[in-house]
Amino acid sequence: MSSQAARSGAATAVTIRAPKRPAGTLYRGREGMWSWVLHRITGTAIFFFLLVHILDTALIRIDADAYTQVIGTYKTPIMGLGELALVAAIGLHALNGLRIIAIDFFSWGTKYQRVMFWIVIVLWILLMVGFTPRHLMHVFGGE
Amino acid sequence: MSLETIEPPRSRTRRRGVNWEKWGWLYMRFSGVLLVVLIFGHLLVNLFLGEGVKAIDFAFVAGKLADPFWIVWDTLLLWLALIHGANGMRTLTNDYARGKLRVILLVALAGATIVLLVLGTLVLTTFDPCIGDATTDALIEVCS
Repeated sequence: MSSQAARSGAATAVTIRAPKRPAGTLYRGREGMWSWVLHRITGTAIFFFLLVHILDTALIRIDADAYTQVIGTYKTPIMGLGELALVAAIGLHALNGLRIIAIDFFSWGTKYQRVMFWIVIVLWILLMVGFTPRHLMHVFGGE
Repeated sequence: MSLETIEPPRSRTRRRGVNWEKWGWLYMRFSGVLLVVLIFGHLLVNLFLGEGVKAIDFAFVAGKLADPFWIVWDTLLLWLALIHGANGMRTLTNDYARGKLRVILLVALAGATIVLLVLGTLVLTTFDPCIGDATTDALIEVCS
């Protein structure tokens, strides 16, 4: 009895150091959090582009030459690189969106959310490998 | 005073009226699937095939919009994408803005969304492919 008390007394004396970084929280860190962060950033960027894109396209109803002139700015080098970033954002948002749908609607979804994140990244890289050279040739390739 | 005296709820608590948050949540997923098809199709035709972005001018887009197929496609794109985006921005606003700022942002968001939906729909439904010079075969056929 006395030895038991002594043992538990010793146990309480053990100091547990607080972790330097928060750890073990379900949604903090790792693939789950970063996919969530990327989804918000890409979604916001796409939204603001969409606002501008609806306005510039609306010009086509009013003046043919003005429309051609404004859409011509889409062919400049800086905007060309911007379109690359836009397609990258849309590709990631779309693929990760499908991952979110799989997590929400299928019983196996949550279990495989991490591996699905890496599948998203691989498919996204393949998408960009297919799109980037062709788009850069269109923008920088002259006539 | 034992904990067992607390009765568990016998049925789910139910609020009256339409559960808008649920329908918004479902909308994001269903519109998302459709948008993957619609936007990748849009990008394929406008940025990838042919001369890509270099080919886009009045004649190119007017040629597309002379075909009802693309009017339907672009109208679906406009409504599904803008409402999807606006609902996403509503989520972010609710998460990161507080008090008066939050209300101002939500009102601005709703206003911009409604104005652009009306503007975009009017452009697509009243578009005249013959207001410019008919420089392509497709436009010459439509406008002669």
